[in-house]
Amino acid sequence: MARYQNMFTQVQVRGPLEAGPPLRDASFTRTGTGFYNYWMGKFGNAQIGPVYLGTLGMASLMFAFLSFEIIGLNMWASVNWNPIQFVRQLPWLALEPPGPEYGFSMFVPLDKGGWWLIAGFCMTTSLLLWFLRTYRRARSLGMGTHVAWAFAAGIFLILTLGFIRPMLMGSWAEAVPFGIFPHLDWTAAFSIRYGNLFYNPFHCLSIAFLYGSTLLFAMHGATILAVGRYGGEREIEQITDRGTASERAALFWRWTMGFNATMESIHRWAWWFAVLTPLTGGIGILLTGTVVDNWYLWAVMHHYAPGYPGTGVIDPATLPGAPK
Amino acid sequence: MNRIDLTRTALMAVGGLGIMMLGGCEPGPKQTTQNGYRGAGLDQIVDVRHMIKTAAIPDAPYPLPPDGGPKAGETYQNVKVLSGLSTERFNHLMAEISQWIAPPEQGCAYCHNPENMASDEKYTKVVARRMLQMTQAINSTWSPHVQKVGVTCYTCHRGNGVPAYKWALPTGAPHPGSILGNRHDQNELSPDAAYSDLPTTGFADYLYGSNNIRVYGTTALPKYDGTGASVQTAEKTYGLMMHMSKALGVNCTFCHNTQAFGVWNLSRPQRATAWYGIRMVRDINNTYISSLKSVFPDNHDRKGPLGDPYKVNCMTCHQGQNKPLGGVSMLAQAPALWGPIPAFVKPGAASAAATPVAPASPVPLAMNATAAQPAMK
Repeated sequence: MARYQNMFTQVQVRGPLEAGPPLRDASFTRTGTGFYNYWMGKFGNAQIGPVYLGTLGMASLMFAFLSFEIIGLNMWASVNWNPIQFVRQLPWLALEPPGPEYGFSMFVPLDKGGWWLIAGFCMTTSLLLWFLRTYRRARSLGMGTHVAWAFAAGIFLILTLGFIRPMLMGSWAEAVPFGIFPHLDWTAAFSIRYGNLFYNPFHCLSIAFLYGSTLLFAMHGATILAVGRYGGEREIEQITDRGTASERAALFWRWTMGFNATMESIHRWAWWFAVLTPLTGGIGILLTGTVVDNWYLWAVMHHYAPGYPGTGVIDPATLPGAPK
Repeated sequence: MNRIDLTRTALMAVGGLGIMMLGGCEPGPKQTTQNGYRGAGLDQIVDVRHMIKTAAIPDAPYPLPPDGGPKAGETYQNVKVLSGLSTERFNHLMAEISQWIAPPEQGCAYCHNPENMASDEKYTKVVARRMLQMTQAINSTWSPHVQKVGVTCYTCHRGNGVPAYKWALPTGAPHPGSILGNRHDQNELSPDAAYSDLPTTGFADYLYGSNNIRVYGTTALPKYDGTGASVQTAEKTYGLMMHMSKALGVNCTFCHNTQAFGVWNLSRPQRATAWYGIRMVRDINNTYISSLKSVFPDNHDRKGPLGDPYKVNCMTCHQGQNKPLGGVSMLAQAPALWGPIPAFVKPGAASAAATPVAPASPVPLAMNATAAQPAMK
């Protein structure tokens, strides 16, 4: 006899499609009635939809499509509209921001970075609209707005990289290009230009929260899966009972490390670690070039850069009669 | 049964994909060298099987004759650079140049009119004369870079009329004002940036133009004077560094301590050698190669798309080795290339011919004091 177990259960529950509660504050009705998909049921809920798009969702997708098209068509044009080269060289292709000669001007020729400005504007608009959408959907369901604010933390980092910091530096040339390898090259060049980002304390914090997030994710995921045989994924309803999955999970961590997060607090831990990753990272980016020009020298100034024995190599440019 | 088949197919697909991704790896023995203070990652890791092997260096066409007897300026007409060299040594060097550069089927006739060896009618002879001056200048004034090994024609030419590795000024956007085909001299699969997508304008900016590479912040706090380099400028220098890395077959830490890329006192001495190398290449490209622009014919064997003669970069000599030709010096068999040779002066006409003056030393005197001397045998 098949019985419902957990996400690894081979049996999928089928019944009338779940429509959800009546919509409040909605500009549209939901699209369709939804359907079942066996393979999606392997990963999560087998029911797909109905989707609520609404005004904000439509507007957000439209701007996302515009930025995606602008970036993609710029890349494709750069290989003379050759579809084979477009696929072959895709990781190398880019849409570059304006050069330093344009400063922070809003009026840049399209081929000199103007398209980058437009694509960046469309992407930003799309992200902000999607943020509002997650906020409004959560309110509509009577939920808290934690998802929206977590998303806002990510938007803050993106805006810092592409708009706020270039504005403070007075130059679009500080911004990140669109492209797979190009944005990674930017990262490496940025670190070298500003004296090794590893000495940026906010970069350190961001890494700590990023790695902390993966650790917490692994601990929480493992714990809940481990008590899945006792219905551990139904966390809250068990929280006060003895011998439940919840109590076993708590006991496990108290036995192994003396402390246990609660079913509620583990999610606060996870939320804050995730949110603080882009927040601290964004602060670190914001301070680079604006108030600190060389993080290594700044670390030397504050006595926390490890000192290695000097090699005795002298800058040849400082020797008398040096070539230019 | 159906489910087992499906699982098996899925496992095979995942396994196959995993093996395909391993195709990017370089299996085989590695040779690791620690070149700096422990823990700072100053290591060189060499894939022994794929490292560039030193090419076979050709033997001298015949043993180097003793330096005596009549001078070349006495024996031959129209000798401008090597007139003070003995005729025996001059002939030996000519045979070497023919072996190092000229296509075998052409030999002397690659540069000379066989009917009149003194004639300058072939442009290759005019070029060769300038290249002799260049080689002498490299060996005598750029010893901080070429050290006691020095260079000969063969270091770059390797038996080719035009060295295999060269570059010319970039053409820029193919359709000005349009994004069509416009790669902004970056974001392309180019060996000039070691197949990274970093800019390839570094050759024109730093190996021809005299832009300074120093993008690294020099103070902890910003100076707010507008002199700080942009990230895009940093990327241009990074592209050039990728070229140097590829040309020398080394990684960043061959010269730099990645703790602080710009700090000299943490760098290896090789960084100073490279610093002189950049200026040497700039000198070669400006003083010698560009001066031949009107001499070279307008064809794409000799000139780039903008009509500038092909220039040199690190790869031209190094060709994947941190010491060109594996660090073997060929100068013992071509001692005339060590530096300018005082011109032959006809007895009684001392005031007429001026001794060629060596170009002003572009390197600090302190470094020049260690300049190598010819290993005369």
